Order: sequence, then structure tokens, then C-alpha cells
Amino acid sequence: MPRNRGMLTQELNISRRTSRRHEGFTLSERHIVSKEEQGLSQETQWMIAVRDKRDKAAFAALFDHFAPRLKGFVMRTGTSAAQAEEVVQDVMLTVWRRAETFDPHRAQVSAWIYQITRNRQIDVMRKENRPVPEALKEEPGLEPDAGQIMAVEQEAGLLRKALSTLNCDQRAIIEKAYLGELTHQEISTQTGLPLGTIKSRIRLGLERLRHELKDLSR
Amino acid sequence: MSGITHHTPDSMLAAYAAGTLPHPFAIVVAAHISMCATCRASLEAHQAVGGLVLEDTQCTALTDGLKSATLAMLDDVVIPDPVFEADGIFPGPLVQALKGRAPQWKKLGMGVRQDIIQADRSGSVRLLYIPPGQAVPDHGHNGLELTLVLQGSFHDETGTFGVGDLEVADETLDHTPIAGGDIPCICLAATDAPLRFHALIPRLLQPLFRI
Ligand SMILES: [Zn+2]
Repeated sequence: MPRNRGMLTQELNISRRTSRRHEGFTLSERHIVSKEEQGLSQETQWMIAVRDKRDKAAFAALFDHFAPRLKGFVMRTGTSAAQAEEVVQDVMLTVWRRAETFDPHRAQVSAWIYQITRNRQIDVMRKENRPVPEALKEEPGLEPDAGQIMAVEQEAGLLRKALSTLNCDQRAIIEKAYLGELTHQEISTQTGLPLGTIKSRIRLGLERLRHELKDLSR
Repeated sequence: MSGITHHTPDSMLAAYAAGTLPHPFAIVVAAHISMCATCRASLEAHQAVGGLVLEDTQCTALTDGLKSATLAMLDDVVIPDPVFEADGIFPGPLVQALKGRAPQWKKLGMGVRQDIIQADRSGSVRLLYIPPGQAVPDHGHNGLELTLVLQGSFHDETGTFGVGDLEVADETLDHTPIAGGDIPCICLAATDAPLRFHALIPRLLQPLFRI
């Protein structure tokens, strides 16, 4: 158990190490907030309940939210409805079985499920497991950091806003790229990909990583 | 790992997240991400965008019973997929590609050795062992070559590459990598086309030697 998980389901203890400023609003040290107050999305709350409490009702809620979208997502890459449902079932079972690898400090739920889904689709195609980066080894007893979790969600909101301002052509290129319909050469030559908009998301992730990795010698 | 100065191009990270990077490159990129916080954070940003595309996808009605069938499987006992961890200088994705075996070095001449891990139509991935100060025979590329330093260092016409650095060389780069002076340089290298060596072996023989 890499993190003190139990705490998240009750209340979130803001990290004592730093006070964070995000979107013009500061969380003071030792400030304790309930999950309602700091506005985690429902999906994140469900996922934390699945991970920490093995909550089947929360899993059912996640299924209702994501499975119909996943089916549409998988079918857009030319997969039949029946095969798509097999992938959906595999992905949702992975969500349940690998829940401990969900880290709300690092990803919003949809980002985590997105990668599981693409990995699954590629594994089915290649009939072998995709190479995946090593999992991070976290310091034992590291407390959940509500400021970071909230920042990840807010950043997703900002990204969504940035994507919504794209014109149809740019939006179509983004969708094609992340649905796996463009090669890396095509992605590098398509000017419509607004990679600039992900820069602050990268900074956010890097800040957290530096924090997590500072004691690791590797 | 700090001190990494040569990273994965953003287009490759996006393609890696989406699963469209050719398999040999995906192994090297996954290995680099295992060593590089910067590229891990970038990958997470791409995953975030992918997640938004997923969230914005229109719902498609599910077959009756899919949900109940899935819920009924939650308590099934399953054997988890193996998790591959780093082994010495070898990052987890390389350990995975080697399927747990130790490197089997084959001599390439002048002290240079290689272990071809995979080679098929999508390209090849191999380990290279270069003695200190030794040049890798001058070679160009038909396609793209990714080289990740696992031990030691090398330098070529474009710069110096230390542990964790990733060189991306396209067909326009005709370079001569030379290992640094202290310890042998060990690299993980992937191409999406056969290499063409100028000096070592005539091109006609290349299929025989699979280089
Ligand atoms: Zn990097």
C-alpha cells in the first residue's frame, strides 16, 4: 500500500509540506477540507471508493458513466459492436482489478481509463502486452495531497476549455491522433495539434514527480 | 534520473499514448519514460487529452446484460499480468522485451557486440555494447533510429549522450557514434527499417547478419 489510502475517503489532509496556489486561490497549511468542499468530480470520488473500499456500487456508477462512452470510443476505430463490448468489459474489469494503480495526484479518471483502453486495444491487435513504463515507487506513508488532486482536475477543466475553442478541423485532428489514427510522423507534421495547451499540465505533473522522486536514487 | 538532456519528441509521446508508435520504438520510449520524469509528465498530459476525447465521445447503447455480466465477474479469481521492474541498468520495459533472459551478446567486430531482441517487418530493437572509446561503424538509416543510453555515454556529430538520454536519428543523419572513455557504453536501439552499415559488411550480406 504505497499511500495512506484510508484518509482520502473520509477527509483530505492538505499536505503540510507546501501551501499551493492554483487559479488564484491558496490552500493554507494544515487546512483540512471535506471532499465536497474541495469539489472533486463524481468520477474521482467513485474511483477512490472503488480503490480504497472495493465499493461495488461506486463501480456500477463508473460503469454507467464510462461504458457507453467507451463502446462509442472503441467503435470509432472500426471495431464491431460485439467486439467493442468485449473491450469495454475487459477495460472495466481492469478498472476494478488494477484500481490500486489509479493515482488521482497524477491523472483524472478518464485519462487513466483512456490509457487502459488504448493498451487493451493494442494488446488485442498484437496478441502480446504493450511495453509500459515502470510504475512509480512512492515513499511509504506519503499523505494524499488534496491540493494536487484538485489541481489535476482543474487542469483537465482548462484543457477541456482549450479544446472547445478549436475549430472543427483542429478538433478532428486531435480526435484522430488520440484515437490512434495518426502515425507519429503525421502528428509531428499536423499543425493543428495545439501542444502548447498541454504545457501547464506537464508542469503540474512534473512538480509532483520531483516531489515524489526526490528521495529516489535512480 | 536527473541530467537527462535529450528527450522523446512530443509527437512520439502522443503516438505512444495512442498506441500508434511502432512496437520497437514503443519499447525504447517506455524505457526512457521509466528513467525520465520530464517525459513521464508529458505522457500524462497526453493521457489527459486522450481522456477528454473519451469523455466527449457520444454514448452508444450497451447490450442488455453487459453490466450485470461484468458486475458478476468482479469476484472472479484472476492471475494478474506480470509486472516488470528494472533489473540493474535495464529498465522494466526492456526486461519485459527480454522476457526475463540475460543479454546474449554476439560479436559485431572491433569489440562491438549486439543482442537482437526483436526483428520483424515493423523494425528491430537490439542492445548494443561498445567498448570505451570505440566507434560504432559508420552507419546511416533507411528510416528512423532511436538510441537510449543505459550505461556509459557516446558522442557523435550531434552531441553527447549520457545515461537516460535518447537520440532520435533520421535518415538524413549519417553519423559515427563513439563511446565515452571510461566504461563500455550499453544502449538500447530501435529502428523501423534495416540499418545500413558502410564500413563493416557489404550491404548484400546484411540480410544474413540481420543488422
Ligand atoms: Zn525524457
